[in-house]
Amino acid sequence: MKTKKWVGVVMLLAVVAAACGDSANDSSSGSGQTGGATDGGSTIKVGILHSLSGTMAISEVSVRDAELLAIEEINAKGGVLGKKIEAKVEDGASDWPTFAEKAQKLISVDKVATTFGGWTSASRKAMLPVFEKNKALLWYPVQYEGLETSPYIFYSGATTNQQIIPGMDYLKAQGKTKIFLVGSDYVFPRTANKEIKAYAAANGITIVGEEYTPLGHTEYSTVVNKLKDAKPDAVFNTLNGDSNVAFFKQFKSGGLTAATMPVMSVSVAEEETRGIGAENIAGHLTAWNYYQTTDTPANKTFVAAYKAKFGQNRVTDDPIEAGYVQVYLWAAAVTKAGTTEVEAVKKAADGITFDAPEGKVTIDGATQHIYKTARIGVVQPDGLIKEVSASPTPIKPDPYLKSYPWAAGLS
Amino acid sequence: MDIYLSQVFTGLSIGSVLLLIALGLTFTFGQMGVINLAHGELIMAGAYTAYMVGGVFGESVSLLVALPVAFALAGTMGLVLERVLIRRLYGRPLDTLLVTWGVSLLLQQVARDIFGAPNVNAKAPEWLGGGVVVAGATLPYARLFIIALVALSVTGIWLYMTRLPQGRRMRAVMQNRQLAAVSGIATQAVDQRTFFIGSGLAGMAGVALTLLGPIGPSLGTAYIVDAFLVVVAGGLGQLRGAVFAAIGLGVIQSLVEFKTQASLAKVLCFVAVVALLQVRPQGLVSVRSRALT
Repeated sequence: MKTKKWVGVVMLLAVVAAACGDSANDSSSGSGQTGGATDGGSTIKVGILHSLSGTMAISEVSVRDAELLAIEEINAKGGVLGKKIEAKVEDGASDWPTFAEKAQKLISVDKVATTFGGWTSASRKAMLPVFEKNKALLWYPVQYEGLETSPYIFYSGATTNQQIIPGMDYLKAQGKTKIFLVGSDYVFPRTANKEIKAYAAANGITIVGEEYTPLGHTEYSTVVNKLKDAKPDAVFNTLNGDSNVAFFKQFKSGGLTAATMPVMSVSVAEEETRGIGAENIAGHLTAWNYYQTTDTPANKTFVAAYKAKFGQNRVTDDPIEAGYVQVYLWAAAVTKAGTTEVEAVKKAADGITFDAPEGKVTIDGATQHIYKTARIGVVQPDGLIKEVSASPTPIKPDPYLKSYPWAAGLS
Repeated sequence: MDIYLSQVFTGLSIGSVLLLIALGLTFTFGQMGVINLAHGELIMAGAYTAYMVGGVFGESVSLLVALPVAFALAGTMGLVLERVLIRRLYGRPLDTLLVTWGVSLLLQQVARDIFGAPNVNAKAPEWLGGGVVVAGATLPYARLFIIALVALSVTGIWLYMTRLPQGRRMRAVMQNRQLAAVSGIATQAVDQRTFFIGSGLAGMAGVALTLLGPIGPSLGTAYIVDAFLVVVAGGLGQLRGAVFAAIGLGVIQSLVEFKTQASLAKVLCFVAVVALLQVRPQGLVSVRSRALT
């Protein structure tokens, strides 16, 4: 009988483990004050809310570092409104309800003027109602699937028309007409692929396959076999996290190469190529707005400062840069508004420009997104990414793809 | 046609990976009834060993050096775990479950503090790159290496359990602890040895898995559920059962995924195991025993 009981326990455990990944919570309770009432103190408190533990720590720890670096630099130049910025760092622990709770804590207990944080769309969706209810500000630094504009979120990463559509434009220009979609099974890849399919239909591109694997999946031999069977000209990859390592290792050992079947990734940056192993991903394509090798004066300063502070073996990448930039954008908006009061900052933010490491960026007040330059890159044998194509000017953010006729049926 | 041959090979290959991660558990969970949730972190320790050894020895031989080193390292970690914590908790499965879960979180954070949160990479040796083409289907060398390693490990364990006196004592303790004890078997020593071997096998699995997947602090969590699934479906402590269960689940996974999607294949694997346990609660293979358990 003992054995039977254990079997039950293990099965239960498996179910719990499976459920942990996608449990959602709309918001935590408790009434916070309207954000940003910190003008009285000698410092301005800001929240930093990223996963410092759990599965997403892999990506988010570096973004926190970049945000702290920006705060330190701004403080060294005298701070904002004559006050130093004081960072309150919280751990979202890769758990979406925790993000909501910690956001509430930062707003109502620490009374922060603004918060920088989040990575996964799930964490953003969990925090969104908290910030809206408290009328507090969140700056979110990662490219995402679009189709969202919250009045209390500034999106400093790319929306789809600044990353995914330029990625597709590049493949089309290269004469790739048969594309295979591979993605993790959650909101970002599913939404992104919906947009890609609409784009493909309007541009004479055939989607020859569409595969989703659970987050954290590590077995890609069947997907590789399907790729060999479908023989696409290129693969569009929206896998997230550790799965990319398994995918690229097994893609290579399955005998596929970047020369015959390049993979365009939108969630693999310099930080991830180190874990994948440059020898496994060299030659494949990425679509971002920034690379460590991006040639601007601001980037030389940024890379040098980041390495000096966190170690010469560290690399910078797109979300890290966006985290760094968004602190400066917020500081500029506060300086222009003359206060940290949320509504005033939001109003002042429209049109603010900044010479970012990725080039000139401008806040679009209507969508609270950023004008960004799209850059397509090829992974080099040393793991860095070299730009091979870029949009001539920063692209206006269009989260609902209103300016694209083929996207009419979406959202 | 070649695609179906590839798929059959893939099924075997997935099965071999499942068996690899479950082998250590057939000892610690199967033989001793300890629900060791830190098993995944012992796999992780093995993976990081491959990374460290790769830095010292260079990529061409590092894999072969890392296998015994990881066995010793993970085995020792398991031994310490057994001596310090689990020994006090025999017969209290729910408590061991909670304690080892805590240990697993602890070990993950330790790895994050030592090696950093991002994944690291251990270069695969050149001689494992590429593959052999059989009837139009590519069989990657890395997969063949894992299949060979699993075959060797299973044979080794089988010989140990059936041919050596230590293995005989282990089976005796497993079947009836009290009777074994009154017959003069030092059950504590047997427990330690069992835990050492089981943990060491997890370490070796970790080394081999670097050929296929990531090396990061949360690596263990990706494999732990699958490992328990194989042991439970195969029958506790049954080597033969684990082999059947692993290959069976591998083939289901590969065939269903080929016709549909990976998520659905995963779900159907769980359904298959639940259904199996309805019919055979003891798993595929079980030993008749008169022990009053």
